[in-house]
Amino acid sequence: MNPGVGDVSERLRLEQFRKALVFLLAGWSGYFVMAIELLSGRLLAPNFGNSIYVWGGVITVFMLSLSMGYLLGGHLSVHAPSLRRLGYLMLGAAVLTLPVVFWGEPLLDWIFDSVHDPRYGSLLASSALFFLPTAISGTVSPYAIRLLVKHLHASGKSAGSLYFVSTFGSAVGTILTSFYLVLWFEINQILLGMIAASVTLGLAAILVGGNHAEE
Amino acid sequence: MLKNEWIVVLLAATLMGTAALAGATELFYAKSLYRNIMVYEDDGLRCMKFGRNVADRQSCVLVSDHDKMVFDYTKMMMAALYLNPEPQRILIIGLGGGILPSALRKLFPACQIDIAEIDPVVSEVAKRFFYFSPTDKTNVFEDDGRVFVKRAVKRKAKYDLVMLDAFDHEYIPEHMLTREFLQEVKGLLAAKGVLAANTFSKSSLYNHESATYYSVFGDFYRINKHNRVILLRMGGLPAMPEIAKNAARLEDRLRPFGTGKGELLSLFTVESGWPADTKILTDQYSPSNLLNSRRQ
Repeated sequence: MNPGVGDVSERLRLEQFRKALVFLLAGWSGYFVMAIELLSGRLLAPNFGNSIYVWGGVITVFMLSLSMGYLLGGHLSVHAPSLRRLGYLMLGAAVLTLPVVFWGEPLLDWIFDSVHDPRYGSLLASSALFFLPTAISGTVSPYAIRLLVKHLHASGKSAGSLYFVSTFGSAVGTILTSFYLVLWFEINQILLGMIAASVTLGLAAILVGGNHAEE
Repeated sequence: MLKNEWIVVLLAATLMGTAALAGATELFYAKSLYRNIMVYEDDGLRCMKFGRNVADRQSCVLVSDHDKMVFDYTKMMMAALYLNPEPQRILIIGLGGGILPSALRKLFPACQIDIAEIDPVVSEVAKRFFYFSPTDKTNVFEDDGRVFVKRAVKRKAKYDLVMLDAFDHEYIPEHMLTREFLQEVKGLLAAKGVLAANTFSKSSLYNHESATYYSVFGDFYRINKHNRVILLRMGGLPAMPEIAKNAARLEDRLRPFGTGKGELLSLFTVESGWPADTKILTDQYSPSNLLNSRRQ
Protein backbone atom coordinates (compact mmCIF):
# COMPACT_ATOMS: atom_id res chain seq x y z
CA MET A 1 0.00 0.00 0.00
CA ASN A 2 1.37 3.37 -0.82
CA PRO A 3 0.15 6.08 1.53
CA GLY A 4 0.14 9.53 0.22
CA VAL A 5 -1.29 8.69 -3.20
CA GLY A 6 -4.86 9.46 -2.36
CA ASP A 7 -5.19 11.76 0.61
CA VAL A 8 -2.92 14.79 0.42
CA SER A 9 -3.20 15.78 4.05
CA GLU A 10 -2.38 12.26 5.18
CA ARG A 11 0.62 12.24 2.94
CA LEU A 12 1.69 15.57 4.44
CA ARG A 13 1.31 14.20 7.94
CA LEU A 14 3.41 11.15 7.12
CA GLU A 15 6.08 13.38 5.66
CA GLN A 16 6.09 15.49 8.82
CA PHE A 17 6.34 12.37 10.94
CA ARG A 18 9.22 11.01 8.89
CA LYS A 19 11.02 14.35 9.12
CA ALA A 20 10.60 14.35 12.90
CA LEU A 21 11.91 10.82 13.03
CA VAL A 22 15.00 11.81 11.03
CA PHE A 23 15.70 14.53 13.57
CA LEU A 24 15.04 12.16 16.45
CA LEU A 25 17.47 9.62 15.05
CA ALA A 26 20.14 12.27 14.55
CA GLY A 27 19.64 13.65 18.08
CA TRP A 28 19.68 10.19 19.61
CA SER A 29 22.79 9.27 17.67
CA GLY A 30 24.52 12.34 19.15
CA TYR A 31 23.40 11.29 22.62
CA PHE A 32 24.56 7.71 22.02
CA VAL A 33 28.08 8.61 20.91
CA MET A 34 28.83 10.99 23.77
CA ALA A 35 27.32 8.78 26.47
CA ILE A 36 29.41 5.86 25.27
CA GLU A 37 32.54 7.99 25.05
CA LEU A 38 32.07 9.03 28.69
CA LEU A 39 31.45 5.48 29.83
CA SER A 40 34.41 4.19 27.86
CA GLY A 41 36.72 6.08 30.21
CA ARG A 42 35.11 4.20 33.08
CA LEU A 43 35.42 0.88 31.28
CA LEU A 44 39.11 1.42 30.54
CA ALA A 45 40.15 2.77 33.98
CA PRO A 46 40.51 -0.63 35.74
CA ASN A 47 43.06 -1.79 33.15
CA PHE A 48 44.72 1.39 32.00
CA GLY A 49 44.05 3.96 34.73
CA ASN A 50 42.41 7.32 34.14
CA SER A 51 45.48 9.30 33.23
CA ILE A 52 45.36 12.06 30.64
CA TYR A 53 46.71 9.70 27.97
CA VAL A 54 43.90 7.22 28.51
CA TRP A 55 41.41 9.99 27.74
CA GLY A 56 43.68 11.01 24.88
CA GLY A 57 43.39 7.51 23.41
CA VAL A 58 39.63 7.42 23.87
CA ILE A 59 39.00 10.82 22.31
CA THR A 60 41.37 10.11 19.41
CA VAL A 61 39.54 6.91 18.54
CA PHE A 62 36.10 8.53 18.78
CA MET A 63 37.12 11.48 16.61
CA LEU A 64 38.77 9.20 14.08
CA SER A 65 35.83 6.82 13.84
CA LEU A 66 33.34 9.69 13.61
CA SER A 67 35.36 11.23 10.78
CA MET A 68 35.34 7.94 8.90
CA GLY A 69 31.63 7.58 9.63
CA TYR A 70 30.87 11.03 8.17
CA LEU A 71 32.72 10.09 5.02
CA LEU A 72 30.93 6.78 4.73
CA GLY A 73 27.53 8.28 5.54
CA GLY A 74 28.02 10.86 2.80
CA HIS A 75 28.85 8.18 0.28
CA LEU A 76 25.93 5.98 1.29
CA SER A 77 23.51 8.89 0.99
CA VAL A 78 24.19 9.23 -2.73
CA HIS A 79 22.54 5.97 -3.65
CA ALA A 80 18.79 5.59 -3.08
CA PRO A 81 18.64 7.28 0.31
CA SER A 82 15.69 6.42 2.55
CA LEU A 83 14.61 6.69 6.14
CA ARG A 84 14.39 2.90 6.15
CA ARG A 85 18.10 2.64 5.38
CA LEU A 86 18.90 5.19 8.05
CA GLY A 87 17.02 2.87 10.42
CA TYR A 88 19.31 0.02 9.43
CA LEU A 89 22.36 2.17 10.19
CA MET A 90 20.94 2.90 13.62
CA LEU A 91 20.34 -0.81 14.21
CA GLY A 92 23.88 -1.55 13.07
CA ALA A 93 25.41 0.87 15.56
CA ALA A 94 23.30 -0.64 18.35
CA VAL A 95 24.21 -4.24 17.52
CA LEU A 96 27.91 -3.37 17.22
CA THR A 97 27.79 -1.96 20.76
CA LEU A 98 26.71 -5.31 22.20
CA PRO A 99 30.28 -6.70 22.31
CA VAL A 100 31.21 -3.86 24.70
CA VAL A 101 28.72 -5.27 27.19
CA PHE A 102 29.34 -8.97 26.70
CA TRP A 103 32.99 -9.29 25.70
CA GLY A 104 34.43 -5.99 26.89
CA GLU A 105 36.11 -7.29 30.02
CA PRO A 106 37.92 -10.34 28.56
CA LEU A 107 39.03 -8.23 25.61
CA LEU A 108 40.39 -5.49 27.89
CA ASP A 109 42.18 -8.10 30.00
CA TRP A 110 43.71 -9.63 26.90
CA ILE A 111 44.99 -6.24 25.70
CA PHE A 112 46.26 -5.50 29.22
CA ASP A 113 48.33 -8.71 29.05
CA SER A 114 49.62 -8.08 25.55
CA VAL A 115 50.38 -4.34 25.57
CA HIS A 116 52.35 -2.95 28.50
CA ASP A 117 52.42 0.72 27.61
CA PRO A 118 49.09 2.10 28.92
CA ARG A 119 48.99 4.71 26.16
CA TYR A 120 48.92 2.18 23.36
CA GLY A 121 46.93 -0.23 25.47
CA SER A 122 44.13 2.29 25.86
CA LEU A 123 44.36 3.31 22.19
CA LEU A 124 44.07 -0.30 21.08
CA ALA A 125 41.32 -1.07 23.59
CA SER A 126 39.17 1.87 22.53
CA SER A 127 39.74 1.03 18.86
CA ALA A 128 38.72 -2.58 19.38
CA LEU A 129 35.60 -1.77 21.37
CA PHE A 130 34.36 1.53 20.01
CA PHE A 131 35.62 2.08 16.47
CA LEU A 132 32.86 0.25 14.62
CA PRO A 133 29.78 1.41 16.58
CA THR A 134 31.04 5.01 16.60
CA ALA A 135 31.85 5.00 12.89
CA ILE A 136 28.38 3.68 12.07
CA SER A 137 26.87 6.29 14.39
CA GLY A 138 28.85 8.87 12.47
CA THR A 139 27.11 7.93 9.22
CA VAL A 140 23.77 9.04 10.66
CA SER A 141 24.24 12.82 10.44
CA PRO A 142 25.33 13.21 6.79
CA TYR A 143 22.78 10.59 5.76
CA ALA A 144 20.04 12.41 7.65
CA ILE A 145 20.98 15.70 6.01
CA ARG A 146 20.44 14.10 2.61
CA LEU A 147 16.96 13.01 3.69
CA LEU A 148 16.08 16.50 4.86
CA VAL A 149 17.37 18.52 1.93
CA LYS A 150 14.61 19.17 -0.57
CA HIS A 151 15.95 22.24 -2.28
CA LEU A 152 19.47 23.42 -2.84
CA HIS A 153 18.83 26.91 -1.47
CA ALA A 154 17.69 25.46 1.88
CA SER A 155 20.46 22.86 2.18
CA GLY A 156 22.49 24.99 4.60
CA LYS A 157 19.43 25.48 6.76
CA SER A 158 18.75 21.74 6.82
CA ALA A 159 22.37 21.00 7.69
CA GLY A 160 22.31 23.66 10.41
CA SER A 161 19.14 22.28 12.00
CA LEU A 162 20.57 18.80 11.90
CA TYR A 163 23.89 19.82 13.46
CA PHE A 164 21.88 21.60 16.13
CA VAL A 165 19.79 18.55 16.96
CA SER A 166 22.64 16.07 16.88
CA THR A 167 25.03 18.20 18.93
CA PHE A 168 22.27 19.08 21.36
CA GLY A 169 21.68 15.35 21.74
CA SER A 170 25.37 14.95 22.51
CA ALA A 171 25.14 17.59 25.23
CA VAL A 172 22.12 15.87 26.77
CA GLY A 173 23.85 12.48 26.62
CA THR A 174 26.92 13.89 28.30
CA ILE A 175 25.18 15.61 31.18
CA LEU A 176 22.57 12.93 31.85
CA THR A 177 25.15 10.16 31.88
CA SER A 178 27.82 11.87 33.96
CA PHE A 179 25.52 13.65 36.43
CA TYR A 180 22.75 11.15 37.00
CA LEU A 181 22.77 7.83 35.18
CA VAL A 182 26.07 6.64 36.72
CA LEU A 183 24.52 7.33 40.11
CA TRP A 184 21.37 5.31 39.39
CA PHE A 185 22.61 2.44 37.22
CA GLU A 186 25.52 0.17 36.50
CA ILE A 187 27.50 0.88 33.36
CA ASN A 188 26.21 -2.20 31.51
CA GLN A 189 22.63 -1.31 32.43
CA ILE A 190 23.10 2.13 30.90
CA LEU A 191 24.65 0.63 27.77
CA LEU A 192 21.88 -1.96 27.37
CA GLY A 193 19.23 0.72 27.89
CA MET A 194 20.77 2.82 25.14
CA ILE A 195 21.08 -0.15 22.82
CA ALA A 196 17.37 -0.90 23.38
CA ALA A 197 16.47 2.71 22.59
CA SER A 198 18.53 2.60 19.40
CA VAL A 199 16.91 -0.66 18.31
CA THR A 200 13.45 0.81 18.94
CA LEU A 201 14.20 3.96 16.95
CA GLY A 202 15.87 1.97 14.19
CA LEU A 203 12.87 -0.35 13.88
CA ALA A 204 10.49 2.59 13.85
CA ALA A 205 12.46 4.15 11.01
CA ILE A 206 12.47 0.87 9.09
CA LEU A 207 8.71 0.46 9.54
CA VAL A 208 7.66 3.92 8.41
CA GLY A 209 10.67 4.70 6.29
CA GLY A 210 9.51 3.91 2.77
CA ASN A 211 11.97 2.98 0.07
CA HIS A 212 13.31 6.24 -1.29
CA ALA A 213 13.59 9.83 -0.30
CA GLU A 214 10.78 11.71 -1.92
CA GLU A 215 11.99 13.88 -4.71
CA MET B 1 25.27 46.88 39.60
CA LEU B 2 25.26 43.11 39.59
CA LYS B 3 28.57 43.15 37.77
CA ASN B 4 30.12 45.39 40.40
CA GLU B 5 28.96 43.10 43.16
CA TRP B 6 30.66 40.21 41.44
CA ILE B 7 33.90 42.17 41.20
CA VAL B 8 33.74 42.88 44.94
CA VAL B 9 33.10 39.21 45.69
CA LEU B 10 35.98 38.17 43.46
CA LEU B 11 38.30 40.71 45.05
CA ALA B 12 37.35 39.56 48.53
CA ALA B 13 37.90 35.93 47.60
CA THR B 14 41.30 36.74 46.16
CA LEU B 15 42.28 38.69 49.26
CA MET B 16 41.13 35.87 51.53
CA GLY B 17 43.06 33.36 49.43
CA THR B 18 46.19 35.47 49.75
CA ALA B 19 45.61 35.99 53.46
CA ALA B 20 45.47 32.22 53.94
CA LEU B 21 49.04 32.08 52.80
CA ALA B 22 50.19 35.35 54.35
CA GLY B 23 53.60 34.98 55.91
CA ALA B 24 54.22 31.85 53.89
CA THR B 25 57.07 31.65 51.45
CA GLU B 26 56.39 29.88 48.19
CA LEU B 27 59.25 27.49 47.49
CA PHE B 28 57.98 25.77 44.39
CA TYR B 29 55.08 25.89 41.99
CA ALA B 30 54.42 23.69 38.99
CA LYS B 31 51.58 22.62 36.78
CA SER B 32 52.05 18.90 36.36
CA LEU B 33 50.00 16.72 34.04
CA TYR B 34 47.57 16.04 36.86
CA ARG B 35 47.41 19.09 39.08
CA ASN B 36 48.95 22.32 40.25
CA ILE B 37 51.54 21.59 42.89
CA MET B 38 52.70 24.19 45.35
CA VAL B 39 55.27 23.90 48.10
CA TYR B 40 55.34 26.61 50.73
CA GLU B 41 56.92 27.16 54.09
CA ASP B 42 55.41 28.97 57.01
CA ASP B 43 56.98 29.28 60.44
CA GLY B 44 59.13 26.17 60.03
CA LEU B 45 56.32 24.09 58.55
CA ARG B 46 56.83 23.05 54.95
CA CYS B 47 53.79 21.82 53.04
CA MET B 48 52.81 20.58 49.60
CA LYS B 49 49.33 21.35 48.37
CA PHE B 50 47.40 20.55 45.20
CA GLY B 51 44.34 22.78 45.37
CA ARG B 52 43.66 26.39 46.27
CA ASN B 53 42.87 26.01 49.92
CA VAL B 54 45.18 25.46 52.85
CA ALA B 55 42.88 22.51 53.61
CA ASP B 56 44.16 20.89 50.44
CA ARG B 57 47.56 20.27 52.00
CA GLN B 58 48.81 16.86 50.98
CA SER B 59 51.93 16.58 53.08
CA CYS B 60 53.75 18.68 55.64
CA VAL B 61 57.09 18.38 57.43
CA LEU B 62 58.64 20.29 60.28
CA VAL B 63 61.90 21.56 58.86
CA SER B 64 63.58 21.41 62.28
CA ASP B 65 62.53 17.82 62.94
CA HIS B 66 61.42 16.15 59.78
CA ASP B 67 60.87 12.73 61.35
CA LYS B 68 58.09 14.07 63.54
CA MET B 69 54.78 13.57 61.76
CA VAL B 70 52.52 16.60 61.38
CA PHE B 71 49.24 15.03 60.26
CA ASP B 72 47.10 12.66 62.31
CA TYR B 73 46.41 10.45 59.33
CA THR B 74 50.08 9.54 58.77
CA LYS B 75 50.35 8.62 62.45
CA MET B 76 47.19 6.53 62.13
CA MET B 77 48.58 4.77 59.06
CA MET B 78 51.61 3.80 61.16
CA ALA B 79 49.20 1.90 63.42
CA ALA B 80 49.28 -0.73 60.66
CA LEU B 81 52.50 -1.87 62.31
CA TYR B 82 50.49 -2.89 65.37
CA LEU B 83 48.94 -5.61 63.18
CA ASN B 84 52.30 -6.72 61.79
CA PRO B 85 55.35 -5.21 63.51
CA GLU B 86 58.00 -6.57 61.12
CA PRO B 87 56.93 -6.11 57.46
CA GLN B 88 59.60 -7.14 54.94
CA ARG B 89 57.86 -6.17 51.70
CA ILE B 90 55.83 -2.97 51.64
CA LEU B 91 53.71 -1.42 48.88
CA ILE B 92 52.51 2.17 49.07
CA ILE B 93 50.02 3.53 46.52
CA GLY B 94 50.41 7.32 46.39
CA LEU B 95 53.69 8.92 47.41
CA GLY B 96 52.80 12.50 48.32
CA GLY B 97 55.71 13.97 50.24
CA GLY B 98 57.02 10.50 51.00
CA ILE B 99 56.38 10.86 54.74
CA LEU B 100 55.24 7.24 55.17
CA PRO B 101 58.02 5.55 53.16
CA SER B 102 60.65 7.73 54.86
CA ALA B 103 59.41 6.65 58.29
CA LEU B 104 59.15 2.99 57.30
CA ARG B 105 62.65 3.08 55.80
CA LYS B 106 64.06 4.44 59.09
CA LEU B 107 62.24 1.76 61.07
CA PHE B 108 63.11 -1.11 58.74
CA PRO B 109 66.36 -0.36 56.89
CA ALA B 110 66.40 -3.75 55.16
CA CYS B 111 62.81 -3.94 53.93
CA GLN B 112 61.75 -3.59 50.33
CA ILE B 113 59.46 -0.63 49.66
CA ASP B 114 57.62 -0.33 46.34
CA ILE B 115 55.72 2.87 45.67
CA ALA B 116 53.29 3.61 42.84
CA GLU B 117 53.03 7.35 42.14
CA ILE B 118 51.40 8.51 38.95
CA ASP B 119 52.85 12.02 38.95
CA PRO B 120 56.62 12.34 38.38
CA VAL B 121 56.56 15.94 39.59
CA VAL B 122 55.28 14.75 42.99
CA SER B 123 58.21 12.33 43.23
CA GLU B 124 60.65 15.14 42.44
CA VAL B 125 59.06 17.43 45.02
CA ALA B 126 59.19 14.68 47.67
CA LYS B 127 62.93 14.31 47.12
CA ARG B 128 63.70 18.01 46.83
CA PHE B 129 61.62 19.42 49.64
CA PHE B 130 60.43 16.60 51.90
CA TYR B 131 63.60 14.68 52.72
CA PHE B 132 62.47 11.62 50.80
CA SER B 133 65.66 9.77 49.89
CA PRO B 134 65.03 6.41 48.26
CA THR B 135 67.66 3.70 48.78
CA ASP B 136 68.40 0.81 46.46
CA LYS B 137 65.58 -1.04 48.19
CA THR B 138 63.05 1.69 47.46
CA ASN B 139 61.40 1.56 44.06
CA VAL B 140 59.20 4.40 42.88
CA PHE B 141 57.08 3.34 39.90
CA GLU B 142 55.52 6.04 37.76
CA ASP B 143 52.21 4.27 37.37
CA ASP B 144 48.50 4.55 38.01
CA GLY B 145 47.92 2.68 41.29
CA ARG B 146 45.26 0.42 39.84
CA VAL B 147 47.41 -0.51 36.86
CA PHE B 148 50.42 -1.16 39.10
CA VAL B 149 48.38 -3.44 41.36
CA LYS B 150 46.94 -5.35 38.41
CA ARG B 151 50.39 -5.92 36.96
CA ALA B 152 51.80 -6.91 40.36
CA VAL B 153 49.05 -9.53 40.71
CA LYS B 154 50.03 -10.94 37.30
CA ARG B 155 53.65 -11.37 38.36
CA LYS B 156 52.46 -12.91 41.64
CA ALA B 157 54.08 -10.28 43.87
CA LYS B 158 53.29 -10.50 47.59
CA TYR B 159 53.49 -7.83 50.26
CA ASP B 160 53.38 -7.93 54.04
CA LEU B 161 51.98 -4.42 54.19
CA VAL B 162 50.00 -2.46 51.60
CA MET B 163 49.16 1.20 52.23
CA LEU B 164 46.51 2.90 50.09
CA ASP B 165 47.06 6.63 50.09
CA ALA B 166 46.25 7.77 46.54
CA PHE B 167 44.28 10.97 46.14
CA ASP B 168 43.53 13.33 43.31
CA HIS B 169 42.29 16.88 43.83
CA GLU B 170 38.86 15.56 44.82
CA TYR B 171 39.23 12.28 46.63
CA ILE B 172 40.47 8.75 46.10
CA PRO B 173 40.23 8.11 42.34
CA GLU B 174 37.00 6.23 41.62
CA HIS B 175 38.66 3.17 40.09
CA MET B 176 40.57 2.64 43.34
CA LEU B 177 37.49 2.38 45.53
CA THR B 178 35.82 -0.60 43.91
CA ARG B 179 35.38 -4.19 45.02
CA GLU B 180 37.39 -5.40 42.02
CA PHE B 181 40.32 -3.17 42.99
CA LEU B 182 40.24 -4.38 46.59
CA GLN B 183 40.12 -7.97 45.36
CA GLU B 184 43.26 -7.29 43.34
CA VAL B 185 44.92 -5.74 46.40
CA LYS B 186 43.88 -8.77 48.42
CA GLY B 187 45.69 -10.93 45.88
CA LEU B 188 48.89 -9.05 46.71
CA LEU B 189 48.70 -9.58 50.47
CA ALA B 190 50.85 -12.33 51.94
CA ALA B 191 49.44 -14.64 54.62
CA LYS B 192 48.91 -12.29 57.57
CA GLY B 193 49.57 -9.37 55.24
CA VAL B 194 48.19 -6.05 56.47
CA LEU B 195 46.20 -3.44 54.57
CA ALA B 196 46.02 0.19 55.70
CA ALA B 197 43.80 2.57 53.75
CA ASN B 198 43.50 6.31 54.27
CA THR B 199 39.98 7.60 53.63
CA PHE B 200 38.24 10.76 54.72
CA SER B 201 34.71 10.62 53.46
CA LYS B 202 32.19 12.11 55.84
CA SER B 203 29.33 11.85 53.37
CA SER B 204 27.11 9.01 52.27
CA LEU B 205 30.20 7.55 50.62
CA TYR B 206 31.43 6.47 54.06
CA ASN B 207 28.93 3.61 54.28
CA HIS B 208 29.50 2.57 50.67
CA GLU B 209 33.21 2.30 51.43
CA SER B 210 32.55 0.26 54.56
CA ALA B 211 30.26 -2.15 52.71
CA THR B 212 32.78 -2.52 49.89
CA TYR B 213 35.74 -3.26 52.19
CA TYR B 214 33.61 -5.67 54.18
CA SER B 215 32.50 -7.51 51.04
CA VAL B 216 36.13 -8.26 50.20
CA PHE B 217 37.87 -8.61 53.56
CA GLY B 218 35.21 -9.18 56.19
CA ASP B 219 35.69 -7.36 59.50
CA PHE B 220 38.13 -4.48 59.68
CA TYR B 221 39.32 -1.95 62.24
CA ARG B 222 38.80 1.72 61.75
CA ILE B 223 40.62 4.46 63.54
CA ASN B 224 38.94 7.80 63.15
CA LYS B 225 40.27 11.24 63.84
CA HIS B 226 39.28 13.69 61.09
CA ASN B 227 40.21 10.97 58.60
CA ARG B 228 39.32 7.31 58.83
CA VAL B 229 42.11 4.80 58.49
CA ILE B 230 40.99 1.26 57.68
CA LEU B 231 43.20 -1.50 59.07
CA LEU B 232 42.89 -5.22 58.51
CA ARG B 233 44.93 -8.37 58.34
CA MET B 234 44.63 -11.44 56.14
CA GLY B 235 43.44 -14.53 57.96
CA GLY B 236 41.21 -12.64 60.38
CA LEU B 237 41.56 -9.55 62.54
CA PRO B 238 44.05 -9.80 65.42
CA ALA B 239 42.44 -9.28 68.81
CA MET B 240 43.17 -6.17 70.87
CA PRO B 241 45.59 -7.90 73.30
CA GLU B 242 47.87 -8.83 70.40
CA ILE B 243 47.64 -5.30 69.02
CA ALA B 244 48.42 -3.84 72.43
CA LYS B 245 51.41 -6.17 72.77
CA ASN B 246 52.80 -5.09 69.40
CA ALA B 247 52.13 -1.46 70.28
CA ALA B 248 54.14 -1.79 73.50
CA ARG B 249 56.97 -3.42 71.56
CA LEU B 250 57.06 -0.57 69.02
CA GLU B 251 56.56 2.28 71.48
CA ASP B 252 60.17 3.48 71.65
CA ARG B 253 60.76 3.09 67.95
CA LEU B 254 57.68 5.12 67.01
CA ARG B 255 58.45 7.95 69.42
CA PRO B 256 60.67 9.94 67.00
CA PHE B 257 57.71 10.08 64.62
CA GLY B 258 55.54 11.73 67.24
CA THR B 259 53.06 8.96 67.79
CA GLY B 260 52.49 5.94 69.95
CA LYS B 261 50.03 3.70 71.72
CA GLY B 262 48.65 6.43 73.97
CA GLU B 263 47.32 8.22 70.93
CA LEU B 264 46.42 5.28 68.70
CA LEU B 265 45.28 2.28 70.75
CA SER B 266 42.10 3.79 72.09
CA LEU B 267 40.98 4.64 68.55
CA PHE B 268 40.77 1.03 67.36
CA THR B 269 37.14 0.08 66.67
CA VAL B 270 35.72 -2.70 64.56
CA GLU B 271 33.71 -0.85 61.91
CA SER B 272 30.00 -1.59 61.90
CA GLY B 273 26.63 0.03 61.56
CA TRP B 274 26.14 0.63 57.86
CA PRO B 275 22.67 -0.25 56.56
CA ALA B 276 22.38 -3.79 55.21
CA ASP B 277 21.21 -2.58 51.80
CA THR B 278 24.20 -0.28 51.27
CA LYS B 279 25.32 -0.59 47.67
CA ILE B 280 28.80 -1.98 47.12
CA LEU B 281 31.08 0.06 44.85
CA THR B 282 32.13 -1.89 41.77
CA ASP B 283 33.81 -1.20 38.45
CA GLN B 284 30.25 -1.08 37.11
CA TYR B 285 29.02 1.28 39.81
CA SER B 286 31.44 3.73 41.39
CA PRO B 287 30.06 7.27 41.35
CA SER B 288 32.11 7.96 44.46
CA ASN B 289 32.73 11.64 43.85
CA LEU B 290 29.01 12.22 43.34
CA LEU B 291 28.20 10.24 46.47
CA ASN B 292 30.89 12.09 48.39
CA SER B 293 29.39 15.46 47.53
CA ARG B 294 26.05 14.42 49.03
CA ARG B 295 25.24 14.99 52.64
CA GLN B 296 24.59 11.90 54.70
